Amino acid sequence: MAAPFDLNDDSLVVIVGSGAGGGTLGTELALKGIKVVILEAGRRHNMEDFVNNEWESFAQLAWTDMRTTSGSWRVHKNFPNLPAWIVKSVGGSSVHWAGASLRFQEHEFRTRTVYGDIEGANLMDWPITLAELEPWYAKAEDRMGVTRTNGIPGLPGNNNFKVFEAGAKKIGYKEVSTGHMAINSQPRHDRGSCQQIGFCFQGCKSGAKWSTLIAEIPVGEATGNLEVRPECMVLKIEHDATGKVTGVVYVDGEGKTQRQKARIVAVAGNSIESPRLLLNSASNMFPDGLANSSGQVGRNYMRHMTGSVYGIFEKPVHMYRGTTMAGVVRDEAKFDSSRGFVGGYEMETLSLGVPFMAAFLNPGGWGRSFTSAMDGYVNMAGMWLVGEDMPQETNRVTLNTEVKDKNGMPVANVHFDDHPNDVAMRNHAYRQGMAMYDLVGATRTMPTPPYPSTHNLGTNRMSEKARDGVVNKHGQTHDIPNLFVSDGSQFTTGGAENPTLTIVALALRQADFIAGEMSKKTI
Amino acid sequence: MTTLIDKRGPSRRALLAGIGAAGALLVAGPAVMNPREAWGLEVTNLKPETMRTLIIMARDIYPHDRIPDRNYAVAMKPYETGASDPALKALVENGVATLDTLAQAKHGVPYADVGWEEQRVAILQQIEGGPFFEKVRGGLVVGLYNQEEVWPIFGYEGSSADKGGYIDRGFSDISWL
Repeated sequence: MAAPFDLNDDSLVVIVGSGAGGGTLGTELALKGIKVVILEAGRRHNMEDFVNNEWESFAQLAWTDMRTTSGSWRVHKNFPNLPAWIVKSVGGSSVHWAGASLRFQEHEFRTRTVYGDIEGANLMDWPITLAELEPWYAKAEDRMGVTRTNGIPGLPGNNNFKVFEAGAKKIGYKEVSTGHMAINSQPRHDRGSCQQIGFCFQGCKSGAKWSTLIAEIPVGEATGNLEVRPECMVLKIEHDATGKVTGVVYVDGEGKTQRQKARIVAVAGNSIESPRLLLNSASNMFPDGLANSSGQVGRNYMRHMTGSVYGIFEKPVHMYRGTTMAGVVRDEAKFDSSRGFVGGYEMETLSLGVPFMAAFLNPGGWGRSFTSAMDGYVNMAGMWLVGEDMPQETNRVTLNTEVKDKNGMPVANVHFDDHPNDVAMRNHAYRQGMAMYDLVGATRTMPTPPYPSTHNLGTNRMSEKARDGVVNKHGQTHDIPNLFVSDGSQFTTGGAENPTLTIVALALRQADFIAGEMSKKTI
Repeated sequence: MTTLIDKRGPSRRALLAGIGAAGALLVAGPAVMNPREAWGLEVTNLKPETMRTLIIMARDIYPHDRIPDRNYAVAMKPYETGASDPALKALVENGVATLDTLAQAKHGVPYADVGWEEQRVAILQQIEGGPFFEKVRGGLVVGLYNQEEVWPIFGYEGSSADKGGYIDRGFSDISWL
């Protein structure tokens, strides 16, 4: 039974956002007996409501509130008001993610030490190590039902994977598999197994894919300690004269402004909205925004080095049948600077339907070169390339005071320029991906530019010292002890891996910390 | 979406009117027609000739020889409907007038009557990146490829959950590897 809590109840933990970070944190705290309200800007959908139609689903789920962009990235040119393809809905982007659940590698927690001083990059070691996070990774994998962990078998490979696997083997890669996926390969935790529907990005209609919407929040609500309020857009976090936060101001679904008191506030609105909220919460005491004494709020925005390769073959592939991210090659994820760049990248199968392929294959492209590629759709295989990008202080989320949302608040501007290391890595990845398809007989391969960002990271980075970042190793802000950050914006650096598993592991660890501090009455 | 398009036979006047590079697309009174595909599109906000040129332009931007004119017409219909807004109407009418001016200068005929696709594409390249071209292309990339009717032409099967997914319908049936 979902608990309704009072607006004046100042004993609550209030979490902004219900995705992989906020939804997991809220549920875990509720399971520990702590009273939680999650404020979610989006609506609440049931999995039956999800739509197997790309544009219709986009209209249902995507965060399309106004944002602006700047910088030399191509997204700014082709999708100037859509820097990120993420979700505004209960469950956040865990509704839309593909399910790839890879642990960071040991060296990816200490890139400044391992990669050295890379010009223009704001590299820094994380204040935690892989060893410290391992137990939380294990807990997250069990909770999410990640394949190839906890004795759970891998998913079967679909057609897109079979082409990918054949290419990987021909090029000599050793680490190719259907991956570590938070998609049930057999029934588990009251959820059924994957029906190979496809449309993983559009919300899983069978419930086989883990999301906070179906796998966490209902569990939290069943304790009576968790209330999720959809369609509640938080405008501002408030604080008292001592500098501790006291609650949040939000606009509810009926357009009414409300004030929810809190003992603790945790921000988990993804890496664009989270810094925006901290910056929009500026006050006389904190004129540069909350938790921003370092000046790092909004900076070091990372989006992963990404790109895609599509190959057209003589015969049909039907890549869209079955799981969208059906397999991974990990051979290039290692650190090997002989390739001409630091960091590594994953290669993961990906498919788009005809409507999104047309929009994203070569944005702005037209004419016979474009349409002959589209005509090859049924014979097409596809992969996504995702690797570690360099944090740069100038890549940042700022407030665009020229453009206001419907509540009168400045919208976020996302500025991004590729670092030369990102470009070198992308070119390497394109070459390898195209070679894989060439080796299995592709008649044409296409290097497709990055889509609007799905992995948004780093804008409230974790640091050992308060002057270097926004939060400490527990996601607690350096400046305000009862203010936390609980999403991917905590990431000090991005790693090569899809971030959700790490976000969930950090949220579980943070829940443990918050519960401990609350019982010690330190916050 | 088919309700936007009236099925009607060709009139004699229509058949006499527009024989040129526009293929089977004719202007007949307040309508653009394709007798071969047996449809007609009533045009009220734009000039019918403008609508005909837009449909040809749409095919020139995203040429798929297996997609009939009617799907391009469906994709362009929102520009006719939206031309009740004077700003959009001006953008479209002026844009098409520019195409015709460029075509007349180079080939001595309006855009729609220029014979070869590559000749028309060369004209489009002169306005590529401009507001009219990008407005048409941006709407078209969704309006054309989001029509369920064209998906089978690309071998795309669309919605799958309602059919039980692909677990028993060929998710791993590839045999040529």
